[in-house]
Order: sequence, then C-alpha cells, then structure tokens
Amino acid sequence: MQINGAQMVIEALIAEGVNTVFGYPGGAIMNVYDEIYKQDGFKHILTRHEQAAIHAAEGYSKVSGKVGVAMITSGPGFTNAVTGLADAYMDSIPLVVISGQVPMSLIGTDGFQEIDAIGISRPCTKHNYLVTDAKDLPRVLKEAFHIAATGRPGPVHVDIPKDVTAQIAEFDYSVELELETYKPNVKGNLRQIKKAMEAISKAKRPLFYLGGGIINANAADEVRELVHKTGIPAVETFMARGVLSHDDKYLISMLGMHGSYAANMAMSETDLVIGLGARFDDRVTGKLSEFAKNADVIHVDIDPASISKLVNADYPIVGDVKNVVNDMLDNLGNIKSESYIPWNDTVNQFDELHPLAYHEDTDRIKPQWVIERVGQLLGDDANISTDVGQHQMWAAQFYPFSRPRQWISSGGLGTMGFGFPAAIGVKAAAPDKVSINFTGDGSILMNCQELMTAVEKKLPVINIILNNNYLGMVRQWQTLFYDKRHSETDLSVQPDFVKLSEAFGGIGYRVTTKEEFDAALKDAVEKNVVAFIDVVVERLENVMPMVPSGGSLFNMMLLEKKEK
Amino acid sequence: MEVNERRVISVIVVNESSVLSRITNLFSGRGYNITSLTVAPIPDSKYSRLTIVTSGSVKVIEQITKQLHKLIPVLKVYEHADLVEKEMAMVKFPVSENIADISTLCEAYNGKIVNVSDNVIITMVADEPKRIENYLQLISRYNPKEIVRSGAVALER
Ligand SMILES: Cc1cc2nc3c(=O)[nH]c(=O)nc-3n(C[C@H](O)[C@H](O)[C@H](O)COP(=O)(O)OP(=O)(O)OC[C@H]3O[C@@H](n4cnc5c(N)ncnc54)[C@H](O)[C@@H]3O)c2cc1C
Ligand SMILES: Cc1ncc(C[n+]2csc(CCOP(=O)(O)OP(=O)(O)O)c2C)c(N)n1
Ligand SMILES: [Mg+2]
Repeated sequence: MQINGAQMVIEALIAEGVNTVFGYPGGAIMNVYDEIYKQDGFKHILTRHEQAAIHAAEGYSKVSGKVGVAMITSGPGFTNAVTGLADAYMDSIPLVVISGQVPMSLIGTDGFQEIDAIGISRPCTKHNYLVTDAKDLPRVLKEAFHIAATGRPGPVHVDIPKDVTAQIAEFDYSVELELETYKPNVKGNLRQIKKAMEAISKAKRPLFYLGGGIINANAADEVRELVHKTGIPAVETFMARGVLSHDDKYLISMLGMHGSYAANMAMSETDLVIGLGARFDDRVTGKLSEFAKNADVIHVDIDPASISKLVNADYPIVGDVKNVVNDMLDNLGNIKSESYIPWNDTVNQFDELHPLAYHEDTDRIKPQWVIERVGQLLGDDANISTDVGQHQMWAAQFYPFSRPRQWISSGGLGTMGFGFPAAIGVKAAAPDKVSINFTGDGSILMNCQELMTAVEKKLPVINIILNNNYLGMVRQWQTLFYDKRHSETDLSVQPDFVKLSEAFGGIGYRVTTKEEFDAALKDAVEKNVVAFIDVVVERLENVMPMVPSGGSLFNMMLLEKKEK
Repeated sequence: MEVNERRVISVIVVNESSVLSRITNLFSGRGYNITSLTVAPIPDSKYSRLTIVTSGSVKVIEQITKQLHKLIPVLKVYEHADLVEKEMAMVKFPVSENIADISTLCEAYNGKIVNVSDNVIITMVADEPKRIENYLQLISRYNPKEIVRSGAVALER
C-alpha cells in the first residue's frame, strides 16, 4: 500500500505488536504525532521530559521482556534523550527510539533544531539509522526491532527527517529481513559445553556467577534447575537479582564492591567460575589480577566481545544462555551434588562470620530497615525500581527478590533520575503489581516532573525517598577516602516533598518512625495513587561491606561488630 | 609483559554512508590506535574493504577484531599474520636534485618518476611498508619537498 512515512511508523509499530509508546512531540516529529492522534492501535504516554521517556521505555521493557519504544523530536528533544540511550546501551535493554530530524534539504546547514543525532547516538546505541527515503522505512524499522531484541539486546535509534515522514512510498511490512552481516550465534558449541561439564565434575569448589544475561534470555527457570541439580552455590551480580529466589539455599548473595562477605570470599576461594551471562564488570571483580586467582573460568555469553575481555576464559562458550544451560542440563554426566557439600558448608560459614546486616543503633530509622520492611510487607507483590546511590545498593542487598524482572535499576551507567520514570514504565507494563521506586533525596529531583505523567496517566508509582539529606554515596566516599571533606554533598536544603507531590495531584507522607512508615505504605498501596513517602533516615550510614575501588574482593571493609 | 605488536586488520563492510565513521569511532572511543587506514569499494559488489594498521597487545587486538565484528554493517574481519602487504609513497623533489640517482632509487623500490614540471619532479614507489620506510630514509638527502604515503593495503596468502 502507498502511504506516507509517518503512517509507516504507525503501521510498523502496530505490526510489531507495540502497545505502549513513550514520547514527547516537537516540530520535526509532528507528522508522526498527527498520525498518532488518528490511530488507536497503541497507547502513547506523554512524559514531561525526553530523558524520562527513554527511562520509562526501559522500565517497560525490563518488566515485560518486550522491546521498549520511545519517540522524540530533533535537536534538544534528541539530546535530552541521550542519557537514556546510553543507559539502555550499558544495561543491554532492547529499545527502538525514533527521533524527528530537520528536512533533508536543511541537513548540514545548522538548521533550526538540527543536530547530528546519529553522530551523537552512535557510541551509545547498538545500531542507528538516518532514513533518507521513505521507501527504506519499512525495512529499517523491521531491522531496528530485530536488532534491538536479538543477540545481545540494546537500543536502536532511527532518525527520520521531517520530509521523509511526509513522503509517500510503498509499504509492505511482510518483506523478509536480509541481514547477511548480522547473525548472532545463539547455539553454544556442544563439544565445548561437554568439556565445561567435565571441568565442573572435576572441580572441588565450583561457583555459579550469574549475570543479567540470564534475565535477557528468560533463562531463570533453566538456571534454577541447573543450580539445584548440581548443588553448586551461586553468586549474583547486581543485574542478576531475582534469577534465584532470595530464599534459595544455594544463593549466597550479590558479589562485588558492595557484595556480601560470603559472596566475595566464595569468588576468591573458588577453583572454577561458571559465568552465565555476566560481564566481569570492574564493580564486580575489584583488582583483576587478584580476582578468582586460583580458578579456571567457564564463560557463557552471547556477545563474543564479552568473553576474555577482562578475565581470560578457559572454557569460552558463545551462545544464548538459555540454549546453553539446556544443553548443560542434558550433559550433567557424573556431576555429583554431594561432592560439593563441604564447599557449601565453607560458604555458609563465611556467611555466618559476616552476614549482610546493619545495626539499629540510632534514633533515626535505618535505611536498610525500610528496604527490609517493604520486602516483608509487599515481597513478591511489588516490582522494585531504584535511583542511584546508597539507597540503590541497600535495595540490591536487602530486598527479598523472588523472581526475574522484579528488579529494575541502572547498573552500568548508574543514572540518577532513572528510577521514577522507569517505575512508570514498569507500572504501565505490569499494572497488577505495586510499582515501588526506592530513591534518594538527590536522585528524585532529577526527574520529579514525572509526577505529572504518573498522575495524568493514573500510573500509581510509590516513591520511597530514603532521605539522608546527602548525596549519600558520594558523601560516603568523601568520609572514607577524602578525610571527611564533604564537598558539595550536603542536601540540608530541600523541598517539602509532601507538598511537591501534592502540587502535582499526588499524595505525600513525611515519616520519622517505623509505625508511621508502615501506615504510610499501607495507605499508599490502598489508595493506589501516585505517592512520595519521604522517610527521614540516619544521615551518616555507610553501605557495607565495601571493596574500595581497585582493591581485591577478599579485602573488604566490613560492618563493625557490636555486642548485642 | 604485554608487548605492543603491529597488526594489519582487513575489514569487509557494506557500502553505506556512515560505515567509516562507525569504525573510526570505535577505535577512538575504545582507545585503540590507528596507524593507517585505507578504504575502497570492492569491484562489482556492495562491499568495501578497509585495511587498518594498528598496534596493541594480543588481548587488545583480539578485542578490536571482536568489537569490529559486532558492528552491524561489518561482514568479515581478517586478522592474519601471513599476508602480502604493500604501500605506496609519492615524493616531490626540486628538479635541481640529482634526478638520475633518484630515478635509480625509485626503481629499486618498484617505482619511477611519474611527473616532471618546471621546478619539481614527482616520484612514486610501491613496496612493503618497511621498505617504504627505508626508501624515505634514503631519499632524505635529496631535499624532498613533500611526501605522501597511502597507508598499507594487504591480502592474506
Ligand atoms: C553505585 C553502583 C555500585 C555498584 N556496585 C555493584 C556491585 O557491588 N556488584 C555488582 O555486581 N554490580 C554493581 N554495580 C553494577 C555494575 O556497574 C554492573 O552494571 C553489573 O555488575 C553488570 O552486571 P552483569 O555482569 O550481570 O552484566 P549485564 O550488564 O547485565 O550484562 C549482561 C551480559 O550478558 C550477556 N548477555 C545478554 N543477553 C544474553 C543472552 N541471551 N545469552 C547469554 N548472554 C547474554 C551480555 O552480552 C553481557 O555480557 C554497581 C552499580 C552502581 C551504579
Ligand atoms: C546523573 C548523575 N549525576 C551524578 C552521579 C554521581 N552520584 C552517584 S550516587 C550520587 C548521590 C545520590 O544521592 P541520593 O539520590 O540522595 O542517594 P543516596 O546515596 O543518598 O542514597 C551521585 C551524585 C550519578 N550517578 N548520576
Ligand atoms: Mg541522599
């Protein structure tokens, strides 16, 4: 059929099964917005900032497993969105982001709201396109969805000049994709898998190192089965929280800079690392030369460039972790779970020595208590988003995650301002779960305008502000490594968060006691409206344990022991 | 110790407008060196071939090839040690220099004088990059006014 470029965008989104688009209009994308007005194939959610549109699409994608879609205009609309693209790129989140561009005739003339968008997005997307002819649009959009979702997922950016959205051409979305240069390898090499299984059967102290790739691959069920059948203990990266349930007896905890003592010691003592969809990030490994020093490494990853990038893999396996784990399950051979009992005991002793804990030794509520309490009250019924800082680490450490896609947090880029808009996307994708955003008094101000989006679209996100009147995470580093010079991190001056929420039509609570907190959370869940719960917490609490930057995993700063 | 080795990487890419910048961005963004880069379309195909001379440890070179592979329009990446490699250099000399000597030198390096005008002569040679270095050393005494090197092209055996 012959339609214009703007109509093609709509038709393609509908053909891809998109039912929610996040975005913000402007001159260069107006033709597309005109078509959005006329259609009812999908919902459009107007955020109040383009960065938030991308984060909302990320949250939507993380919870649903679908490709998130966002739409923005040229120039400032696009540049506002760049942080979101970079965030999705670092955390391997599949997105298609469509931006308007000045008409072809103006490209290169410093036209009004012109910026070299694909030049800017190139290093922070998996792929990008400038569409110069409407006849290419069906193919480009189809490729964009395919590339975003397959292989190692990531954001794809499609930049469309305004005249191309008005140009009429043939639209046929049934065309076969011809991407001869893009063929991700999804099936792991079976010989290599068998060799890896052989190595596992010979290891005395093997350790599963579970990463976010398992969630991308929807492989948590298979991984749970593999862990239980082998009886091998497991650590999770920050991105992998929820792959194993918090009460799984083989789950040690998160490892890394703010990982538990037991998880980091297990990684330091293991003789075989079984890495599944994890990328050996520097927050995880600490000092590389000391990382899992006496261990061989099995590394399963869909991205060949992740393998042996930082830690040399003795058993590299390129493939989709779901396929590979299924092949592993078919080749358990002579792995005997009983043989790992002593090793499990050792790990449990590590955990008894220094469990993840905190002291309730101040008048003010401890931030960790808030996380645990929400876990007790809502547990599996909530999806948990966060902003970035101490509150984020406490959420990763103390929330009792029970399923994959329950945890939505910015790991690779560490973007303050991610949490609230992401939680809006989460709520849009999973309306039956409570959408919690654990945030800080610093972070929440980086996208608080999204109160308007949430209120307007009735997406009742509950923002729990762990208010320490500090840029706490930076303050912690200043306390520990800069001789307590708290340079520009004191947030004593702040808005009235209750009134802020109310000003937009939300609800607000200021909480100083545990009883008040319980009451506020209960009320917010019952009323089912957008909420800020401003919790006054201990100001100078530090996230512990901590591996100082560049230090070895086994040299942790630990929570001070106290007599009970 | 990590030794930095000179390596030649050939990349076959789809001819499309932004493909060269994808490649150069990758090198600058990830802190890899480019010593030289040549690119031209492969006849009768929709592909181009890039020859990149770079240097780095074994690990870095491995990352470079993997990261190149990851780019969507990249079809193939070759990183072989066993290849035939050539480079071209053109040099401009004042006519007042000893033209016979220069001409003999050029011949020794697969080249010749390609242009003569009132004031200058222009020579070209095509040889292995190492030999081009030698040649440029040798001709330095003839007061070369301008030197241009093409960068290497290579084919694996
Ligand atoms: C303040 C702060 C502190 C932090 N501290 C810690 C910490 O203490 N511990 C910690 O763990 N993290 C921490 N992080 C997060 C850290 O920065 C990284 O984001 C995280 O460690 C990466 O997790 P991952 O290795 O699971 O990789 P991800 O980023 O989730 O990458 C997934 C990997 O799996 C691969 N993959 C994707 N899909 C598939 C598939 N289908 N099949 C196979 N493989 C696939 C990808 O190629 C990639 O290699 C912190 C972040 C912040 C902001
Ligand atoms: C956009 C952005 N700017 C700066 C930083 C650096 N940074 C990391 S954590 C942090 C403090 C966050 O403060 P707050 O939101 O109050 O959380 P807290 O650590 O106090 O829990 C800062 C400034 C960042 N991660 N993101
Ligand atoms: Mg704070």
